[in-house]
Amino acid sequence: MKIGKARVPYLLLLPGFAFLFTFFILPIINLAQTSTQTPVAGGDTGEYEQSFAFSNYINAFIDNREQFGRSFLYATLATIFALAIAYPLAYAIAFKSGKFKNILLVLVVAPFFTSFLLRTVAWKQILGEEGFVVPTLRSLHVISEQTTLTSTAFAVVAGMTYNFLPFMTLPLYASLERIDPRTIEASGDLYANGLTTFRRVTVPLSMPGVVAGTLLTFIPAAGDYVNAAILGSPNTKMIGNVIESRYFKIVDYPTAAALSFTLMAAILILVTLYIRKAGTEELV
Amino acid sequence: MSNDAISARGDLRLTRITKSYGDFTAVDDLTLTIPKGSFFALLGPSGCGKTTTLRMVAGLEEPTVGSIHLGDTDITTTRPYQRPINTVFQNYALFPHLSIFENIAFGLRRRGIKDVKEQVDKVLNLVELPHLAERKPTQLSGGQQQRIALARAIVNRPALLLLDEPLGALDLKLRRQMQIELKWIQREVGLTFVHVTHDQEEAMTMADTIAVMNEGRIEQMGSPADLYDDPETAFVANFLGQSNLIKGKIDGNDGDNLVVDIFGQKISMPKKRSHAVDNSMYAGIRPEKFRISLVGTPTRGNTLTGGHIEDVSYIGVSTQYVVAMPWGQELMVFEQNDDGVAPFDKGDEVVISWEPTFTFGLRGDENIDAGTEVNPEEPAEE
Repeated sequence: MKIGKARVPYLLLLPGFAFLFTFFILPIINLAQTSTQTPVAGGDTGEYEQSFAFSNYINAFIDNREQFGRSFLYATLATIFALAIAYPLAYAIAFKSGKFKNILLVLVVAPFFTSFLLRTVAWKQILGEEGFVVPTLRSLHVISEQTTLTSTAFAVVAGMTYNFLPFMTLPLYASLERIDPRTIEASGDLYANGLTTFRRVTVPLSMPGVVAGTLLTFIPAAGDYVNAAILGSPNTKMIGNVIESRYFKIVDYPTAAALSFTLMAAILILVTLYIRKAGTEELV
Repeated sequence: MSNDAISARGDLRLTRITKSYGDFTAVDDLTLTIPKGSFFALLGPSGCGKTTTLRMVAGLEEPTVGSIHLGDTDITTTRPYQRPINTVFQNYALFPHLSIFENIAFGLRRRGIKDVKEQVDKVLNLVELPHLAERKPTQLSGGQQQRIALARAIVNRPALLLLDEPLGALDLKLRRQMQIELKWIQREVGLTFVHVTHDQEEAMTMADTIAVMNEGRIEQMGSPADLYDDPETAFVANFLGQSNLIKGKIDGNDGDNLVVDIFGQKISMPKKRSHAVDNSMYAGIRPEKFRISLVGTPTRGNTLTGGHIEDVSYIGVSTQYVVAMPWGQELMVFEQNDDGVAPFDKGDEVVISWEPTFTFGLRGDENIDAGTEVNPEEPAEE
């Protein structure tokens, strides 16, 4: 059979589309249906029927607004910290590492060779009473003898910062590495000192990486529940933890589904506003 | 000192500059004065040290040994942003995130100049691109980007403008046009231009003074005509245009002229154009200075007999001949196609003649291939 040239792109899209349809679109539709269901009167636990109860959304949000707020707060903090750590790191790898560039890049992704869960549990050890962090901080009187670091917001944000750091570092590195060193030289040639050059040339030219890195960190961080579950306490519950427990422990599918959709919508709106503001399409 | 540097004016003086990278010496004990207001070219093949020299003047590299003065101010270690020197970079290095206007305004804003708009508009008019102010660099053609890079530098009215292979990325026609334009702009703004290039034609078209560089040293410096008519070394003779270098022996004097024996035939040349140090010499004659005549027809000046046409290439404005001489050398001869005479054919027995004053003499121990093995069209990546 002869295939017209115009059809080739569609054929190439087909496997991806089929996959996403089966494992993304269909479940999403299913999730949307579930989100407006109510319990069957007199039925067993986990038995629900469709009743288009959009009030599920309002109730779910009102009951969990604290966790929503916390999710976005923690995700924002983790993103800021990751950016603060990753920018100098990516800058050093891109401009100052010489022949060690490839080794350093491998080191950035090296954590992926171990399980995400394992690494998060390791943080529990690091921040625990037996780790070196707490005794050191205590001996320096940075924290009091009674203060612990595990089961705190600090631990959750620290864990998230650590876990999403490679997602911040790699796009930053990619966009810094693409900067023509001659534009940096040109800036110095045009009377800009090192700091001004960084502010006026390096940072604007690395914006695509900043936008990509912050999105790749913020989006999964906002929906994350592993860090809060392992490193946090009931007081640091994020929306991901609520969804998880609604699904698997309380078997309240409609609320879990409604929360999932609310989270998705909130992230979409925030990301859209952010991209508009950052104006990535202006940056080639 | 740094505050003085920015307002320094005057001649640029490089004194005994050496730049080494490990074992490699890029620039070797170079001393050079570039007079204020001149259009100066550093010409040489890639890797000759010209770009390194330029980068040291710009402050992007520091000399290993030696000093750089601008007027009376020592700028050897002055930071690039504190030098009254601007550069037109090889690939323009325009800021991709800024508009053309902001690219040009960059240097003015850093120095806190007040009438930015007025000055940028003026320089945009000078390069004839006022309508592109709001565009981004990627929306411009190569030639337009080149002009903007020039505008971005000259708007600051630096004491010294450095041009690093500025026309290398343009096609031949545009390059010719920009050569003339650059020369015109230099006269218009009256700044000192230091131009680095591997393209001898470009250097000759634009510069008042050319320094020919080879292996980190200056081979010869002078006006384009001086360098072309009286090269002192085989490298210069070959790198600037083409030369026929014929082995000879100085055989005596004849007033202001030397008599040179070329494989048994005597020619004469002006003494002052000889750079030979002993009796052995290479006699140099440019291909277009030769005349070809058939055996038996009258000739003037120096003559060399016994040749025959080996190859003929007609290239419109002239015809290029390869003439095989009895001693086994092939000479290049360019004849203008302006006399209506039928061109010579392959195999014709011919006599070569030329005016004695066009002869230049090189040392007999020179490597006559120096400066020919490099491909001058190859862009220099240093």
